[in-house]
Amino acid sequence: MKPPRFRYYVPHSVEEALAVLAEAAEEAKPLAGGQSLIPMLNMRLVRPSLLVDLNGLQELSGIELSDGAIVVRAMTRHRAVEQSPVVAEHAPLLAEAIRWVGHLPIRTRGTIGGSVAHADPAAELPGVLVALEGMVQLRSQRGHRLVSAEDFFIDLLTTAAEPDELVTEVRFPLLPAGTGTAWLEVARRHGDYALVGVGAVVSLAEDFTTIAEARVSLIGVGGRPVRARLTESALRGQPAAAESWRAAAATVRREIDPAGDIHASAEYRRYVAGVLTERALALAAERAQEGARR
Amino acid sequence: MTAVGTERRTIRVVVNGVAYERDVEVRLLLSDFLRHELGLTGTHVGCEHGVCGACTVLFDGEPVRSCLLIAVQADGHVIETVEGLAVDETELHPLQRAFWEKHGLQCGYCTPGMLMVLKAFLTEHPDPTEEEVREAISGNLCRCTGYQKIVEAALYAAQLMRQSRE
Amino acid sequence: MPTRVFGEPIKRAEDPRLLTGRGRYVDDIDLPGQLHVAFLRSPLAHARIRSIDVSAARDMPGVVAVWTYAEIGPCQRRMPLLIPHPDLTHPFTRYALAKDEVNHVGEPVAMVIAESRYLAEDAVEAITVEWEELPVVVDIERAVQPGAPLVHEELGTNVAAHYVGIVGDPEDAFSRAAHVFRERLVIERSAGMPIETRAIVAVWNEVEGVLEVWDTTQAPIVIRNALAALFGLAPTQVRVVAPDVGGGFGCKIMVYPEEVLIPYAALTLRRPVKWTEDRLEHFVGTNHERLQIHDAEIAVDADGHILGIRDRFLHDAGAYTPYGIIVPIITACQLPGPYKVPNYHVEFRAVYSNTVPVSPYRGAGRPHAAFVMERLLDRVADALGLDRAEVRRRNFIQPHEFPYDVGLIFQDGAPTRYDSGNYPGMLELLLQQMDYDRLVREELPRLRAEGRFVGVGIACYIEGTGIGPYEGATVRVEPTGQVYVATGMPQQGQAHKTILAQIVAQELQVPFEAVQVYEGDTAHFQFGSGTYASRSAVVCGSAVALAARKVREQGLQLAAEELEVAVEDLVVEDGRVFVRGAPERGFTWGQLAQLANPLRYAYAGDLVVRPRPWTGPTLPPGKQPTLEATEYYSPPHATWASGAVGVVVEVDIETGQLLFRNLWVVHDCGTVINPLVVEGQIHGGIAQGIGGAFYEKLHYDENGQLLNASFVDFLIPTAKEIPWMQVTHQETPSPLNPLGVKGVGEAGAIPTPAVVAAAVEDALRSFGVRITRVPLDPDQLWRMTHPETS
Repeated sequence: MKPPRFRYYVPHSVEEALAVLAEAAEEAKPLAGGQSLIPMLNMRLVRPSLLVDLNGLQELSGIELSDGAIVVRAMTRHRAVEQSPVVAEHAPLLAEAIRWVGHLPIRTRGTIGGSVAHADPAAELPGVLVALEGMVQLRSQRGHRLVSAEDFFIDLLTTAAEPDELVTEVRFPLLPAGTGTAWLEVARRHGDYALVGVGAVVSLAEDFTTIAEARVSLIGVGGRPVRARLTESALRGQPAAAESWRAAAATVRREIDPAGDIHASAEYRRYVAGVLTERALALAAERAQEGARR
Repeated sequence: MTAVGTERRTIRVVVNGVAYERDVEVRLLLSDFLRHELGLTGTHVGCEHGVCGACTVLFDGEPVRSCLLIAVQADGHVIETVEGLAVDETELHPLQRAFWEKHGLQCGYCTPGMLMVLKAFLTEHPDPTEEEVREAISGNLCRCTGYQKIVEAALYAAQLMRQSRE
Repeated sequence: MPTRVFGEPIKRAEDPRLLTGRGRYVDDIDLPGQLHVAFLRSPLAHARIRSIDVSAARDMPGVVAVWTYAEIGPCQRRMPLLIPHPDLTHPFTRYALAKDEVNHVGEPVAMVIAESRYLAEDAVEAITVEWEELPVVVDIERAVQPGAPLVHEELGTNVAAHYVGIVGDPEDAFSRAAHVFRERLVIERSAGMPIETRAIVAVWNEVEGVLEVWDTTQAPIVIRNALAALFGLAPTQVRVVAPDVGGGFGCKIMVYPEEVLIPYAALTLRRPVKWTEDRLEHFVGTNHERLQIHDAEIAVDADGHILGIRDRFLHDAGAYTPYGIIVPIITACQLPGPYKVPNYHVEFRAVYSNTVPVSPYRGAGRPHAAFVMERLLDRVADALGLDRAEVRRRNFIQPHEFPYDVGLIFQDGAPTRYDSGNYPGMLELLLQQMDYDRLVREELPRLRAEGRFVGVGIACYIEGTGIGPYEGATVRVEPTGQVYVATGMPQQGQAHKTILAQIVAQELQVPFEAVQVYEGDTAHFQFGSGTYASRSAVVCGSAVALAARKVREQGLQLAAEELEVAVEDLVVEDGRVFVRGAPERGFTWGQLAQLANPLRYAYAGDLVVRPRPWTGPTLPPGKQPTLEATEYYSPPHATWASGAVGVVVEVDIETGQLLFRNLWVVHDCGTVINPLVVEGQIHGGIAQGIGGAFYEKLHYDENGQLLNASFVDFLIPTAKEIPWMQVTHQETPSPLNPLGVKGVGEAGAIPTPAVVAAAVEDALRSFGVRITRVPLDPDQLWRMTHPETS
């Protein structure tokens, strides 16, 4: 389990990194936190001829509030997000979900950009990004573009990023007042990839008892994070109450099409997606009401 | 164009307070560098895919898997391994004392990783609960102890460290 | 007062080195000029090798040699059958490198020897093999059907062994039973999975003319003997050392292909050679265990007394049987557990499949046995409306009934004869710890009324420990006062250096720190078999005690002569031997060692050796110049430890998640040498048992591919999954050995799958489910509770 031969380059700026990526095209792989890439190298499942190490690029690190979103630059470590007061205050869903990512010594190295670019369908961050209708910034020598999370994640380990493009930042839009969120998941062991995970966002109308808008994002139930659109539209205008959450569970089960594996069958995942949806929505609504009371 | 990057690279790294300069193949894992280039074999390797935690070291003070970094990434950084934990030859670190006293190890293979992750954890959480300790070591697999005496040792170490600060 | 060291929670002698990173595990050893090995392993479960082309690999940078079967000289023989058995009628072992056929994914096919492991792995990728695929059989129920693909065509069958054991008259018992209950019970494939993989470093020491081998083995003497025989060397020309070893759990006792190939490479190339197994190799290159499928039935009278048991089971042997049929034999013999089973029919077939071979993993057939027996008893209790504790009480062997003969021949060839125990006492102690009555009458009903799915399970077990053939030890008092102890057993974390030192410190009344234990090195001790089957404390500990007692006698004799008093007038205390009532008249142990040796000591320091008149040879016949004894201990048969476990679990039926609320253990391993070490052993065993109950299963597909060969997908529980364990000791000494001890290494692993199954079944009682297969998982629990949806 030793990596195959490759070359290694440390760019001094994002511009230079982009130039190298443009030149080397599919031969090259950016090295972010490496928490998914290095195991794949050790198992010789990937064979880039060049690693472009982004870890020294300070300009790719940092969290800030800007334009109604929390902007997390790509090389920001999970740990920094977990400890960020800005994230805790403005993106509680991200703060809650990030604790489910691996274990502490993974989160100290793993980066937000790396996690998003890797696009594991059972990983938490893509699920959060989809739930919050976030955006991914891609840069290349050709320019930069913002891609919605929905469009960014295409399939298992497949994204909209071109080989010469780098994920440079991820934007988590702020939620309106009167909104609560919750992240729940079931994994085989603590810290494992989720069998099923659900992020719920519930915005209450001014009466605090009617659902103005709800969002449900699921991981582990498809090749990419799944937004439960039918469930969401069925919830709009309904009372923020147990029967709505129960109905949502049923809708979500009809709406998704999970696959099975050695850890859990498709039927289990479908059922548990409903359970977690129900629980997460109820919790999110409760938090929205608590927030409103404060 | 000529190939970008190199297959070898000279790195400077401080490990347990000692500065090293080495020319290494860029694919060399940090775990192999510490063990076989520097002879610091206290850091163990159990899976080489980042799950077992035996190879955990501190990288600029934070716990990381040394099997999930290539050594060249440590260039310019500060590493701490189990060999640097004891105060000196005769005085063990409170964590080491606690593990000894509470029988927190059997074969000793996962132990260095446990000690290093706990060192970082207890610095941030001087008075943890049992659940917090379990969470902190949940990325480190132990096949011998069933974890109970490791948890006891961690709680006891926290107590020793608090006392020494008072 | 004599100082008590034996039985005390002494801090381990091993720990300061291990805690400071100064342990020495095999992969820590880097010798100058060392070469590294990587193997090409079969990607297919069953195939013929048409051709292998290694030419490109040989030309790769840093490659010193690439070997296939053709190049391995004396290693071209089949690997040894370590433990034959008369019922193993169709044994089959592999070649060190596949000759013309592979029988499981992971089987070594070629080896690259290169300047680094990185380069060796590069070269492995350059080897090309032309395969002819053969039909694969993984499912052992299919493997025994007519027309199934044969793992070994030349055997004409997939059945390696067919064993039948009969006690009493089972047919009669079943014909007169008030009730008969049948279950099909399955315990899935798993593996020991130590955190340290296997590793070997070998070097031909030109100076000494010795082949030196460091090996993660649990049996260095066995390896030494095998290598000497294979290479035509005298045993003294081979030194095998098991240094610090990072866990074993059974899978490191074997003679694996790598264990002969790496030394052969060192001999041939005259350079140090290292191979360290990586984790992916470990999953497919190191032995597995566990899969058995039982069709069991129990006959009881109207009151739930056992009249008889009939059990027919299939045991998955994997592709080869190098370790014989030890695992299913143990299952067969231990199935009756602590209960009286007057009539018993047990029958198994050990079946080949195209999977990694099976050899013991902590528990070694016992978790299977306990799972079957305890599940049957729960069934009886539930059907007869008895409390699950009560049905056990009614069937226990009573304390006055020892020695108790089960009526079958055990794994060591001796009778399955329980030497001592107090099974009713142990269960009552457990129930008391659990506050069982309150739990069952108040707490569980209260929680259930809240809509929670909680349940309690109890399970009892016995464990044949401390089997032969023998172990030995040398104990020597050095003139410095230190005590040297050498044994042939290596350790993988079981604290031998500590407990053996405790035994010696107690016998000689010297400080614990004065005793230095050397183990696992054939240069220190030549005879013995190894660390396995919960036998070290019993067999090796007894040998150490016998040797220490002999040294004590020697010291007393010498002191008596020097002081001109009778031995009876001497006492041994505080590291000295002196005249009772006159402590100033006596010697330290170091002084006695000096006195024993008629040489003058340059730096003796504390003893003035008196000039003596000539009376003949300086060392008279029959005298030795040292206080030293080597003793062997060979048990008459196994000594039987026992225990009882209770657990309370809660199931989230909506997600199938399992929560352990409480776990209690009462354990009886006879006299306890060190309670810390005993508790540690039990904790570790329980944790592995929890793994076997809810997490750890090796998933093979029908093509013989292992689907979860990584720590991402083979689920070893973390600290978050293992609950707090409350351990209580009961001590029923063994009458068989000088210390009264029984083994404890495997204890915790044995009852845990059974007790978890029982508790889950109790929690899900309202669904009428029966748990008949382990490990469970969330999906299964969800299916059981949602038959309509799933």
